[in-house]
Amino acid sequence: MRRVSSSVMVFLLGACFAASSGHCDELNDLHFGEALYYAHQADYFAALERLDSEVIQHGQLDEPELGTLQYHINDAEFSLGDFELRYRMHHRAGRAITAVLEGAVDERVRNDAAYRLARIHFQKNQVDDAMRALNRIDGEIPKPIRDDVEFLRANLYLAQDKPEESMQVFEKLEDSDSYGGFAAYNLGIAYLQDGQRSLALEQLDRAGQIKTDDPAELAIRDKANLVAGTIYLENGEQDRALPYLNRVRLDGPFSNQALLSAGWASMATEQFDRAVVPWSILAEREVTDRAAQEAMLALPYAYGKLDVHGRAAVYYGRALDAFGAEVDKLNKSIDSIRDGKFLEALVREEIRKSEDWVIRLRSLPETPETYYMMELLASHDFQTGLQNYLDLADLRRKLLAWEASFDSFDEMVAIRHEHYEPLLPDVDTNFRELDSRLRLRREQHKMLVKRRDDLLTTPRPEFLATPEEQAILGRIEYIESQMASADVAFSDELAVRLKRLKGLLTWTLETEYHARLTEFDRNLRSLDEVMAVARAEYDQYVRSRQAATHSYVGYDTPINRLRTKARNSVSKVELLMARQGRLIEVVAIEELMARRSHLENYGDKARFALADSYDRATQAQAKVTSE
Amino acid sequence: MSCLIRTLLVLLLVSVPLANSLAQDLTAGDMKSLDGQVQEIKSDVLGIASELSNLEERLLYPSNTQVSLFVALAENEDFRLDSVQIEINGELATHYIYSFKELEALQKGGVQRIYTGNMTTGEHQLNVTIMGKLKSGKDFSESDSFVFSKGIEPKALGLTLSGPGIQIGSW
Repeated sequence: MRRVSSSVMVFLLGACFAASSGHCDELNDLHFGEALYYAHQADYFAALERLDSEVIQHGQLDEPELGTLQYHINDAEFSLGDFELRYRMHHRAGRAITAVLEGAVDERVRNDAAYRLARIHFQKNQVDDAMRALNRIDGEIPKPIRDDVEFLRANLYLAQDKPEESMQVFEKLEDSDSYGGFAAYNLGIAYLQDGQRSLALEQLDRAGQIKTDDPAELAIRDKANLVAGTIYLENGEQDRALPYLNRVRLDGPFSNQALLSAGWASMATEQFDRAVVPWSILAEREVTDRAAQEAMLALPYAYGKLDVHGRAAVYYGRALDAFGAEVDKLNKSIDSIRDGKFLEALVREEIRKSEDWVIRLRSLPETPETYYMMELLASHDFQTGLQNYLDLADLRRKLLAWEASFDSFDEMVAIRHEHYEPLLPDVDTNFRELDSRLRLRREQHKMLVKRRDDLLTTPRPEFLATPEEQAILGRIEYIESQMASADVAFSDELAVRLKRLKGLLTWTLETEYHARLTEFDRNLRSLDEVMAVARAEYDQYVRSRQAATHSYVGYDTPINRLRTKARNSVSKVELLMARQGRLIEVVAIEELMARRSHLENYGDKARFALADSYDRATQAQAKVTSE
Repeated sequence: MSCLIRTLLVLLLVSVPLANSLAQDLTAGDMKSLDGQVQEIKSDVLGIASELSNLEERLLYPSNTQVSLFVALAENEDFRLDSVQIEINGELATHYIYSFKELEALQKGGVQRIYTGNMTTGEHQLNVTIMGKLKSGKDFSESDSFVFSKGIEPKALGLTLSGPGIQIGSW
């Protein structure tokens, strides 16, 4: 068995949070480490709660520089802003990060903060503010965010309609491991924005051929090819468009649009049989996709062009059935949203355990509406709204749990009150008696200490006489005074005897003085130890006595204040949830209604074309018969 | 016919997103306004949480009896920690089983408060048992005992766990 060392321990940190990595490798403040523990699990509420309290307490210390958080204060303040940002508290995050920027912090930390502030502004569409924040970066930039900074800068130039400046940055980023593909594509877009169409197409061509196996870069490569193909298609250069459209992977996120455009490119050059190929593939895909729906109508149109009116009629019929079924599904979805089912599904626990919960929404069998909302779900504002709704639901759950705990606190305080209140008067009486005795002993101890100290400077042997010796000395002094004041003279022999006795006693006191002083000192030191134990026990008693009172006195006000605050917050949260939920439902229903209207129009066209195809098929049949 | 259908298809494709974006623009302002209010209420609730934690600590774990145990992983440890069991004076204080996310948080340098309780002043015995799997795939279990002294001030103990053993220190 080992004894726990009393020396202060330091944990080694494998890594600090976010951008602060590399700034600290030892953890001196447990509460900071605890906040990181929650932050690493993406529980930013718990992380903020702990770190916020710790930073405030640190600031309230008389000598903050002696506190354990002092080792990490820059990281802690930075992390505070970072956690707020991740918890979507942009207002507070902005303030916290600005405070870091204006504080006396390490250059790398300041530059990281400037980047994060710029990102907040960019997310909020405050392009000029974002650029100003980015321009505050000066000196060494932490390596992990160097490319992030430049990529953001280039995008800001694009947003500011400064394609030339953005091109310079994108060109430098083309070799970046993390942004190579994106920079190549964005460079093409910058050329387009600058009106340099041929250079844009050359660049998109390059971006469309990058070698990579990264899923994100593969997607951006597909996008480059799709954009290039679309540009050629819109310019009537179908032959040049097709190679680009054919480069788009068949299983990528842009494949549907590419297949659709490839079909239209073939149609434009009257190669109807070639248009049938991509559209046949597309028409069999997920029916909720816009491109797939268009292909369901375009495929029979191509067959009609090929004079295969019978097959065209069959495909129009299929499209009509599919559109009808989808309209029914959309109607059910709209009703489901109106009944609040979408919001119910959103707050389900298992959905939110995954980081890509928005995508997983589609897997919910009870929410067919989400199939039609992928574009909406992908928009920043709508996602923020959804996330806010979830955060509000979490806050409500927390607040309700806390409200229940206030009653438990009240009960606990009442039980303690009942337990201690009858006991404490007797305890206090005994304590007062003990206290007065202890005070007396302390005074006596102090007096003895003073006497010893005096004796060390001014020897007084009589002070160290035993009680017996003191009695004898007193008797001798008494006899001497009697002899001095007597009317008759005493014999000399008596005076000599008295003197001898006094001399003997003085001899003993003088010769044994040092030994006695040593003994006195030794005894006093033993007494010191006993007094220290008594003092510690006394202090412990006083603390326990205070703790007894503190365990039930003074809680009513804070509990009631918190109860009121929690109750008010529940009302506010519920109100906001209702408003946020309503807004989400309205936007979702509008989206679904638009898609329904779109499908109904498609249905009308399919119905008209179906009839037309039947007519043509019948005419063709009649013609064959008559011939 | 072909021109008509093509034009209609194009019109449909173009007009739908336009209608959508209009609807979204109308609500974007509301979304932003609500977002500001959500941020405010988050701030309020964080304040309540902080006050409540302080109150709970004062009420449930007064400073003169408070003992807290924290767990961290040693640097660059790649073993998989499955559980930690802690006994204080022979009684089970906690038996914690780690999820993947929690283990990852520890590996990234997070520190977990595994136990908070009340104890009298004086000496106490602590038994720690950890179970997990080494990188080689071999299961392992490690136990150790420690004695610590509780004074009148709050006591914080840090356990640093590694593949081969357990380290402990006061805070």
